[in-house]
Amino acid sequence: MVAAAGKASALTLTALRRLKFRIWMLGLMLALAASLVVAVTIGPAAIGPGEVWAVIAHKLGLIADSPVSRLREGIVWELRLPRVLAAAAVGAGLAICGATMQALTRNPLADPYLLGLSSGASVGAVAMLLAGATLLLPLGAFLGALAAMALTLGLARALGAITAARAILAGLAVSALASALTSFLIFSTATGDSYREILAWLMGSLAGARWGDAGLVLAALAVIGGPLIMAGRVLDGFVFGDAAAGALGIDVGRTRWLMLGATALLTGLLVAVSGAIGFVGLILPHAVRLMVGGRHRHLLPLAALAGAVFMVWADTAARTLFDPRELPVGIVTALFGAPAFFLILLANRRST
Amino acid sequence: MSLCVQQARLVLDRRPILDDVSIALRPGRLNALIGPNGAGKSTLLRVILGLEPAAHAHVEFEGSDFHALPRRERARIAALVEQSSATEQPIDVHDAVMLGRLPHQGLWSADTQAEDEAVVAAALARTGLAAFATRRLATLSGGEQQRVHIARALAQQPRLILLDEPTNHLDLAAQMAVMEILRGLADAGLTLLVTMHDLNLTAAWFDHVIALHRGRVVAEGAPEAVIEPGFLAEVYGVAASILADPATGRPVIAYGPQKFLAGPAII
Repeated sequence: MVAAAGKASALTLTALRRLKFRIWMLGLMLALAASLVVAVTIGPAAIGPGEVWAVIAHKLGLIADSPVSRLREGIVWELRLPRVLAAAAVGAGLAICGATMQALTRNPLADPYLLGLSSGASVGAVAMLLAGATLLLPLGAFLGALAAMALTLGLARALGAITAARAILAGLAVSALASALTSFLIFSTATGDSYREILAWLMGSLAGARWGDAGLVLAALAVIGGPLIMAGRVLDGFVFGDAAAGALGIDVGRTRWLMLGATALLTGLLVAVSGAIGFVGLILPHAVRLMVGGRHRHLLPLAALAGAVFMVWADTAARTLFDPRELPVGIVTALFGAPAFFLILLANRRST
Repeated sequence: MSLCVQQARLVLDRRPILDDVSIALRPGRLNALIGPNGAGKSTLLRVILGLEPAAHAHVEFEGSDFHALPRRERARIAALVEQSSATEQPIDVHDAVMLGRLPHQGLWSADTQAEDEAVVAAALARTGLAAFATRRLATLSGGEQQRVHIARALAQQPRLILLDEPTNHLDLAAQMAVMEILRGLADAGLTLLVTMHDLNLTAAWFDHVIALHRGRVVAEGAPEAVIEPGFLAEVYGVAASILADPATGRPVIAYGPQKFLAGPAII
């Protein structure tokens, strides 16, 4: 009798959660589609959503003659659309990286920025840029991210068992060192107008993102982010620690390094385009966790969508608020992110 | 015998943690693993499961080489309940128990199956947690949380369960609740190996006791055969008297301030 009642409630519980997840998925997908179109219309030149659709339809060969002038078509297709898409991909990727790292390190404060990966990637990217090897820039960013992650986890390990506090302290040290290296590299080699470039790598910026950049981050998102999203069930297994995960049949060592390696690679590729952007990877997984709970098969796709929507608007604010001057988008994410993070800490405190 | 461990050996930093430990367990019995802190009890549990890569051991379960099986298949046969299973992530009781279905599920599948739900519901019912499914794990008492971890082990549908000090830090009623569950599982024919610190609880509930000391098996047998004054003095360095529980005849250990107690001299 009791067992039957328990079974019935558990079934409806799961069905309800599945429904809730689907509603959030649908809502966020619509929000993302709307955000992409609306964000493209925002800028110094007034372009309506109808014109945006016309340009896209024309470029995809769906309509033969575009009713939009070549100049306006160029603004939409060459400037705004790739940048908006790049922002969405960077936001989605950072949110996936943050959620994955939080699960694998069992550290609610883990994200590519706080653990130094983003700064490490910046060093690698800037080093390649200054060496003139522009094509190797993503590789440099990946190696930088990987080195920073190894250094952070190594430092944290040297302090004892890896705890949230130790990982953050180690990440802070690595991040400061990497930022100083980036500044020094640019200071010692670049000439003249290098200040903006420093800011772009240190604070994150999508200024000047073109189709090549958008293609890189979108491909990275599909090839690395996609499998990470699908592997959410494995991440669930880490909730109670390594031995528990091992007892559930997970190859803990291999899984951890494979997945952390994948987040380093994804972070590196994102940073190669956007520079180091904070708080997106930290906050959005927490916000989504508050909405749908911690099951990663639900958490990861929703966090990715929420991250994309958030980044699209953060970048739109960055390029328009002080027009014609560009605000580094990292400043926008931090301005929203830091207080939001505090609110999430408070909400978590109440609910546990 | 369903579980046979032969010559388990583990050396870390040139210190032997396990030194030629061989044990054999029968299903349907409550088997206790006792010994002082650092004797190697928890390590032996991990070695049996194949979670200590540096260890050497031959482990057979129901006649086949356990470590030769793929990890996920091992997790469908054997489950572990750790000494402390804490998490900072907010998780509810249903989800915590559902983790036990991981070895049975496709890692890439999005949704849980009706069978998973049925197994989880049965595990919750068996541990008296049916009414707790939607509660946050962190809001439960220590004893209730321990039962959640046992329910997670049950959700794996294992034939062997290893538990690391499952009654630690629990009040008396919660200790009895955990022991009742374990008794029921043993009676249902599962093989259980439980590390224990509380020797009175061990003597009162367990059928078979294996004592580890400095990585070696130093005594093995029925509780009344193993837990006796000489053993307590030698292995724990404690002088104690052994009484008999008037109700059950099981041994009861009386220990107090060492200078007042008659008993074997302490070295």
